Amino acid sequence: MKKMVALAVCAAMCFAGTMSVSAAETVKIGVFEPASGDNGAGGKQETLGIQYANSVAPTVEIGGTEYNVELVVVDNESSAEKAPTAASQLVSEGVSVVLGTYGSGAAIAAAPTFEQAGVPAIGVTCTNPQVTEGNDHYFRICFLDPFQGTVLANFAADNFEAKKAYVLTKLGDDYSAGLGFYFSEAFQGLGGEVIQDTFPEGNADFTSYITTAINEGADVIFAPTSTEAAQLIIDTAASQGAEMPLLAGDTWDSNVILSAAEGKNIQVYVTTFYQEGGNEEFDSGIKEWINADSTNLANNGGNDTVAAVTAMGYDAYFTALEALKNAGSTDPAAVTEALPSTTCTGVTGAIAFDDVNGDAIRDTAYVKVANTETAQWDFVAEQGVN
Amino acid sequence: MDFISKNLPYLLAGISVGGQYALIAIGYTMVYGILRLINFAHGDIFTVAALVLVYSSTIMPLYLSIPLTLVATVVLGLVVERVAYKPLRNAPRMSVMISAIGVSYLLQNLALYITGGLAQTYPAIPIISNTIKIGPATTKIVTVVTPVLTIVLVFALMQLINHTKIGMAMRSVANDFETSRLMGIKVDNIISMTFVIGSFLAAVGSLLYFTNYASVVPTSGAMPGLKAFVAAVFGGIGSIPGAVIGAFIIGICENIIKGLGWTTFSDAFTFALLIVILIVKPTGLFGEKATDKV
Repeated sequence: MKKMVALAVCAAMCFAGTMSVSAAETVKIGVFEPASGDNGAGGKQETLGIQYANSVAPTVEIGGTEYNVELVVVDNESSAEKAPTAASQLVSEGVSVVLGTYGSGAAIAAAPTFEQAGVPAIGVTCTNPQVTEGNDHYFRICFLDPFQGTVLANFAADNFEAKKAYVLTKLGDDYSAGLGFYFSEAFQGLGGEVIQDTFPEGNADFTSYITTAINEGADVIFAPTSTEAAQLIIDTAASQGAEMPLLAGDTWDSNVILSAAEGKNIQVYVTTFYQEGGNEEFDSGIKEWINADSTNLANNGGNDTVAAVTAMGYDAYFTALEALKNAGSTDPAAVTEALPSTTCTGVTGAIAFDDVNGDAIRDTAYVKVANTETAQWDFVAEQGVN
Repeated sequence: MDFISKNLPYLLAGISVGGQYALIAIGYTMVYGILRLINFAHGDIFTVAALVLVYSSTIMPLYLSIPLTLVATVVLGLVVERVAYKPLRNAPRMSVMISAIGVSYLLQNLALYITGGLAQTYPAIPIISNTIKIGPATTKIVTVVTPVLTIVLVFALMQLINHTKIGMAMRSVANDFETSRLMGIKVDNIISMTFVIGSFLAAVGSLLYFTNYASVVPTSGAMPGLKAFVAAVFGGIGSIPGAVIGAFIIGICENIIKGLGWTTFSDAFTFALLIVILIVKPTGLFGEKATDKV
């Protein structure tokens, strides 16, 4: 009897695997994003932007034929170990182009898989330089960490007259370590002093770190970490009465941070790609779309605040469609060929790729502050590099 | 004075986290003492306790959801024992251990499925999540409550084990299964009781731990679980006072190391300690002498 049940279960699993039969005239776009792990929250919001874009433009004309766009979504679990497997899954599904990922660590780990398979990938919000370096299949539409780190260092020096910064990064996280490094470099270049600390995977106790920051008399805390650690850092900083502002990169632009900071006596500043209100039509459209579906609402963190990564996901999708149109074919090789010269006017600004590594040409970032009363982001400044 | 004001927060954090490790470590050490089983699922029971409170607090007030969490965690501990360990009572020890690893992954993935992979914010429990000032240091009240509550619970547990009938039965079962059975002790009930106590303490530990670090993910229990296990081994696995002292030592040392600026090595220290203990004093601080029964 037990064997029969086991057999039935196995059979059911096999069928479930083969059920997804694709229709004719379909072009597949891979969505390579984390839905779990450290960056699960951000990855889901980025995926929402892509899915919303897909609902706005479900078809594309390639070489005179109308194609349905099918999104193939995989979960890279925010992990550098799991990312290559998820990437190969997309390759074997036969996608023409890949969008993603949130979190540079997973992007760096998966880059060789895409390159070997000859499938182009468009990085959405992976800001570490190593993602596209020496890889002619990985492109990206966001700014880079050297730029972002410098912007934040300038911001800290200009607005808070900061002389001493406490930089807290996560061990073994390419994004965190990279951005921390570029910030430190720029901040020291401006004549500031930097104290560096790292925390290991799975760490939940940030008390000692915040104590060190207070003891050392830091003027700002810079913590480019995942939103999961961010929640804990904000909570600990507030409960220990840390008065200096917390600064972070694009990752912290999430409503996870807003709800963590809500009602607490704390200042949180982030740099980001998009400020809600930048494009009314997009804002109202996506809010309506998110509110219409409870799963989407849950994936967006329970409210309809538009995260910058969602806007970036939206733009990435349209950039991919432009590339497909330019290529005139669904062949990944042709798309790779077409991508460097592809341009697109998105909600986050004009998108074009440079000819060095296929990185986006961007020179401004938005700085926002978390309003702890309304749980909304308030716009502070558009900051470039001095 | 300056020295104290700078270092007090590290010490407070260490004592508090040590107390939380202690509550988990007791679960490991008691189950080991009786079943000679390392219950790998214990850390995940700790996580599930946190998730139960997260979800139950959305539909009912905290004064109902906290008792519910304690009860649900105890029931989960019991169910795990009945379903995954009891049928293997006479199987080789290794099979039970593998079964425990299976339960651990099952609970983790279940939590992943239910939370959708997103970090859940732990509800703020009134009073203990408020902040207070202790001398120059500002911290949550829970930091102070934890060590006190831990010591009270451990004291109560020691009374239970040393001075009640069920405690006597537990000590007897830990010594010898077969003879205890001959003496009329219902061994299965005693084992269940061990899991009840272990899970209850894990639930209390989870309340304290997540009040301090208010974010729950499916793998939240893995690291505290692992460190509590190291604490149990350090104190001598099978010994309750040993586990508690081991947990406090590990919690405090970890935070002192962070305070010294060697943050990168704070976890490495814990596990290096495990290796050193296993080499130098395999039975731990208060461990029983290895007397092989013939």
